[in-house]
Amino acid sequence: MIFKKPIRIGPTKFKIFQWMMHIVILAWLILVFYQGLTDQLGGDPVQSLLDFTGIGALNLLVISLVISPIASYLKFGQFIQLRRPIGLYSAFYALSHLMVFIAFELQFEMGLVLSEIIDRPYITVGFTAFIILSILAITSINNIKKKMGRKWFTLHSLSYIAVILGGIHYLWLVKSAWYEPAIYIIVSLLLILLRRKKLQKCSNSACMFIYTVLLYMHTTWIYRQRAPL
Amino acid sequence: MIFKFDKANSLSENDVTDESIYKQRRDILKKLGYLGAGSLLAASGSASAGPLDWFSSDKAEAFKTTPLSFKKSNLNLEIQTPEQKATSYNNFYEFGTGKGDPVEKAQSFQVDPWSLSIEGLVEKPITLGYEDLFSTFNLEERIYRLRCVEAWSMVIPWVGFSLASIIKKAQPLSSAKYVSFQTLYDPKQMPGQRSRFVGGGVDYPYVEGLRLDEAMQPLTMLSVGMYGKTLPPQNGAPIRLVVPWKYGFKSIKSIVKIVLTDKQPPTTWQNLASDEYGFYANVNPAVDHPRWSQARERRITSGGLLTQNRIDTLPFNGYEEVASLYKGMDLRKFY
Repeated sequence: MIFKKPIRIGPTKFKIFQWMMHIVILAWLILVFYQGLTDQLGGDPVQSLLDFTGIGALNLLVISLVISPIASYLKFGQFIQLRRPIGLYSAFYALSHLMVFIAFELQFEMGLVLSEIIDRPYITVGFTAFIILSILAITSINNIKKKMGRKWFTLHSLSYIAVILGGIHYLWLVKSAWYEPAIYIIVSLLLILLRRKKLQKCSNSACMFIYTVLLYMHTTWIYRQRAPL
Repeated sequence: MIFKFDKANSLSENDVTDESIYKQRRDILKKLGYLGAGSLLAASGSASAGPLDWFSSDKAEAFKTTPLSFKKSNLNLEIQTPEQKATSYNNFYEFGTGKGDPVEKAQSFQVDPWSLSIEGLVEKPITLGYEDLFSTFNLEERIYRLRCVEAWSMVIPWVGFSLASIIKKAQPLSSAKYVSFQTLYDPKQMPGQRSRFVGGGVDYPYVEGLRLDEAMQPLTMLSVGMYGKTLPPQNGAPIRLVVPWKYGFKSIKSIVKIVLTDKQPPTTWQNLASDEYGFYANVNPAVDHPRWSQARERRITSGGLLTQNRIDTLPFNGYEEVASLYKGMDLRKFY
């Protein structure tokens, strides 16, 4: 095995890089919302916004998950520092996605919000992913992280469940073009395969949770396949 | 061929405003280098028009439409969808599954020469060339609601003629019970037909069908134009079906063949997922798509996010006069 030289970037350069990342991710979201408000988002601005925030959240989540393997492969320790902000942005995009759905798709009919989350498997799955991302976002605060100790890593391995649920959410909402959502699911599974050693260290309770989620997904899949009314 | 220009149908102020906004948007995007950056992060080109575009649409020269001469509709009860939106937000998987794909990839589509044949269980089969499409029947404008199975809708002024008139001309045999339709199959021109990835996994050519009495219903029309001009390719040039009380996917585009049959013909979406899309596909707020609600729809008009309107979906898309066609049928079963 070749021992690669670790990569290090000067602190100023790295700061600039970090700032650019923040600006791009935030400015992009703001720009698209601005376009939506001023009717510059094509025929159906609500749908365009839903697509943008949804796919954005999924992309950011995938990026946050590939950071660790890339950093360890390249021996690029600093790179790890980007994992938390990108994960947080993913949660933020997912929150915008849900807010657009509630505000513009369902126009604040809260009864409908609840029944859609319960009745529509693709929304149930997406909402579950959102809940996971929210919990991870809250527990990413340093003090909480310290207090949680080893449990923190177990909890945050749920991000792999979130990315798969996100992919399934996407898969179940398309009419026939299933290839792209399938790519997300395959990439997520590859990531899990890549990190299996780390994930095996998760405690039994986490495994139980993961099994529950899988069982739940299986049932909704059956529901989705049922004969029409 | 001469298409007389009808002053009454020239663009309204609304349309002009929308087009300028559209161009403005393109300019802003170009200045920001936004389209380039967009294609980097977006993993999907098909999910949406706008922010997730893979390609800039600036390279293709726009398809040329021609003003038509026709009897103008005197019914105009609802706010029409702006022409710019109706011609840039389309489902036409032959050109890609994204709503913005058809307008971007169909501009060089060849419509002339064209050949449309009416055959099968008829006394006198007919073949119409491109110019015959506009000259064989009197053209009239009809403003119809279009309800997509994806729960959005538009109001579009079509120009065309009743499907019944062409079927009568071909003199159906008494054994004819159904009418089947077929879209052009031309993989050279239609990228979705070349690649399953682009075309959303659909088996082409796209086919659709109606019961003969549905086809003869006076509302059912063959459209050769919209907004006073010939159809642009993304909307199904040069000739398409419009069945206003059914979900949009029934209104097959760029038709080359109409066949009268005695058996219920297969339809593309039924073949793809028969538990989700039936042969009838009548707009029905009481029967949900297995995965989403059909109770309401988003009407596409002008204005941004804050003016978006979700309205109740009406049975038969508000065309109650067709209800008698389905008397005694369980519309939950025949969805």
